[in-house]
Amino acid sequence: MSQPLLQVDNLAKRFDGIVATDDLTLGVVAGELHAVIGPNGAGKTTLISQLAGQLAPDSGRIHFEGHDITALPMYRRSALGLARSFQITSLFLDLSVLDNVALAVQAHAGHSFRFWHNARLEAELRQPARAALKRVGLGERADLPASALSHGEHRQIELAMALVGSPRMLLLDEPMAGLGPEESARMVEMLRALKKEVTILLVEHDMEAVFALADRITVLVYGRVIASGAPVDIRANAAVRDAYLGEAEAEGAGHV
Amino acid sequence: MTGLTPRNFIIAALLVILIVLPVYAGIAGKPFLITLFTRIIILAMAAVSLNLIMGYGGMVSFGHAIYIGIGGYVVGILAQEGFLSGFLQWPAALLVSGLFAAAIGALCLRTRGVYFIMITLAFAQLLYYVAVGLDRYGGDDGLTMYRRSEFVRPLNMSDKTQFYYVSLILLFGVMALIWKLINSRFGMVIQGSRSNDLRMQAIGFPTYRYRLVCFVIAGMICGLAGALLANHTEFVSPAMMHWTRSGDLIVMVVLGGMGSVVGPLIGAVALLVLEEALSGITEYWQIILGPMLLLVVLFARGGIDGLLAKVRL
Amino acid sequence: MLLFLEQCLNGLQLGLMLFLLAAGLTLIFGIMDLVNLAHGSFYMIGAYFAATFTALTGDFILGAALAIAATVLVGMALEVIAIRRLYGRDHLDHVLGTFGLILFFNELVRLVWGPAGMNVPLPAWLNTHFTILPGVEYPTYRIAIILVTLLVALFMYVLVMRTRIGMLIRAGASNREMVGALGVNINLLYTLVFGLGTGLAGLAGLMQAPILTVQIGMGENILILAFVVIIIGGIGSIRGAFIAAILVGLVDTIGRGFLPDILSLLLPSRSASAISPALSSMLIYLMMAIVLVLRPQGLFPVSNK
Repeated sequence: MSQPLLQVDNLAKRFDGIVATDDLTLGVVAGELHAVIGPNGAGKTTLISQLAGQLAPDSGRIHFEGHDITALPMYRRSALGLARSFQITSLFLDLSVLDNVALAVQAHAGHSFRFWHNARLEAELRQPARAALKRVGLGERADLPASALSHGEHRQIELAMALVGSPRMLLLDEPMAGLGPEESARMVEMLRALKKEVTILLVEHDMEAVFALADRITVLVYGRVIASGAPVDIRANAAVRDAYLGEAEAEGAGHV
Repeated sequence: MTGLTPRNFIIAALLVILIVLPVYAGIAGKPFLITLFTRIIILAMAAVSLNLIMGYGGMVSFGHAIYIGIGGYVVGILAQEGFLSGFLQWPAALLVSGLFAAAIGALCLRTRGVYFIMITLAFAQLLYYVAVGLDRYGGDDGLTMYRRSEFVRPLNMSDKTQFYYVSLILLFGVMALIWKLINSRFGMVIQGSRSNDLRMQAIGFPTYRYRLVCFVIAGMICGLAGALLANHTEFVSPAMMHWTRSGDLIVMVVLGGMGSVVGPLIGAVALLVLEEALSGITEYWQIILGPMLLLVVLFARGGIDGLLAKVRL
Repeated sequence: MLLFLEQCLNGLQLGLMLFLLAAGLTLIFGIMDLVNLAHGSFYMIGAYFAATFTALTGDFILGAALAIAATVLVGMALEVIAIRRLYGRDHLDHVLGTFGLILFFNELVRLVWGPAGMNVPLPAWLNTHFTILPGVEYPTYRIAIILVTLLVALFMYVLVMRTRIGMLIRAGASNREMVGALGVNINLLYTLVFGLGTGLAGLAGLMQAPILTVQIGMGENILILAFVVIIIGGIGSIRGAFIAAILVGLVDTIGRGFLPDILSLLLPSRSASAISPALSSMLIYLMMAIVLVLRPQGLFPVSNK
């Protein structure tokens, strides 16, 4: 109860002279929705990439459920219960929607050195996939090619794929990116329902969504944490307002 | 995919033609047809194996023909040293091809995209020079095989018709195998990896090992094609594995259609028949082939198979 | 010792030649994100044009200049007619399409110039020896090649490090908006860059022509070496290409020069003379394999691509 589910200590990452992550320390408690916000270039996606294992940090440690996962390869992290979605839609566009989610199921169903049986006919893979798609509202569209769906629906597929492995924690990288007002509202409701079952680290620009959903907020500027705490405290924090909220609110009004 | 579409009809017709060809050739008194189509079948097998990694796996190898050479040389060298049994030669060809594919794949598959293409090309050159350096086995001049692979009677590999049917049965078997493979869990990983490798890793697949296994399977099948080719031409030489041969295989796959198991077979038939027909007319026929390939890439990406699938009656 | 020095210079010359090719490839890849397998064809075309123009004009320098101009024209024409349709597509499409162009150019050259090889004779004033050190003579022409390629390397350095176009290469940019934001006419830029790249290839081809024979398919063998250079140096990196090219040139030349002797110390002479040509050819690829094992992205990888 006291130890955070995800603990990040003194994480640092440079790219050729540009500091993307600067002595970053952050803890996510089990059951909460912890939002990470910050102006463009704050290093939010770099943070998610390091947490997911796509990028190796230069220094610092990442602990998940007490295990040190800093050096763990990407494909092992989802097995531990840490799943991520991508900021730029990253699906298998030439396969069907159901194939996409079924692959996520397959990843958790043991090894895949099975050469004979038709994977598309395996109930063990297809049932949970259909269930996850129904949950995010895409039940009817399961058999269409993924490329035929709208951007908003792609984000929903993303979510379905992340959910399929029954993860302990979700790393969501701007799930609202590119969504219209209606779709955004739907996504917020979905996340609100999800909150009850999964711990979430949410990187987002959409301030309405952030303040509607977050239990705690961490603010990043130039890769460094400048404030962390309850939403009401963040709102009141002068440094945050100077650095970010002021322009973001103006942006947020006409924000896409 | 199922049902009597024009495409399926044409493919079925092609398969029937292949099955009855020796009979026709016998009646029409044109035995050279059997020779030509045996070659087509063997190269189709190599092309089908390339499509496994290229079309389905997204791994564009410019060095796939080296396995034809490896399979061929294993058979040729064993024959030279007095080991004529096909029961030894052909499995050996499979095994050695597989080992080479494992070693080369282990290095090459750490890269992707452009890098992968260049590296496979470079390895093809490397092995070509190794073959040229095999002085004891003919080096640059190649190695003549005086006796074909021997099995048990009545199976006689020197009989044109028998050899044709052995090759055809093996081709059909390989195609059925790949069909099964592609739709299995393993095949889904391979296809997912082609589609979006990063995403596959993110959801938990250690894609490297699956792609390596796929690479090895493709290499082994191609090695078998090499063993067959050695028997067919009764000659092995480094030219069998020159990188331009790999280019030919790529042309067959793209021309025929990368999206299906049967596409490369169509491509092999189309290319070799075209070659026979055109080279009778002009010796500069490749001047047409080059731009044609570019046009296929630009406008008919699905190859002949893709075009057939679009035909609506 | 003198032989070793000579071999070093030959290796340097080969390396610089490879650099010309690799730089052209990297240039086109860096700006247009295009993989051009037919790059070797321009190496060949440059040599063939040189053979024809030097025979026609009777003057080597004039012939060479005309050859470069002709190669660049062919390159730009190709870009306008065919290449630009490939931009933005999958790299596989580039490989397949330009492979078709290799076949086309090989046959076209065969049609126009015939299947036999050609020769480019050196003018008398270049066909001499130069005393670089007391007692050490080295062909003037090879020195000329070294000087010319060093000049081109300098030009490339200035281009990459000091101009806006160079900034694009270094950034590994293949983003049309970014290019457009620099206030440049994209279509024209791409055509010119392609022309420059093919010009470099043609220059390399015509310079090598008097030393090697001019023949069909000469482009492909050297293209693969250029690929090895890029693999070892790191894709997208011109600096990497330079260092890797010199390295490859030296290893290949000195290897070929001294391997037979080294082998005959270790093996019976018949075996040594049998395998040494093949083994010498393999050296570069073995080196490449070692680099791949130790540093898969090459020696000087550009971090983002």
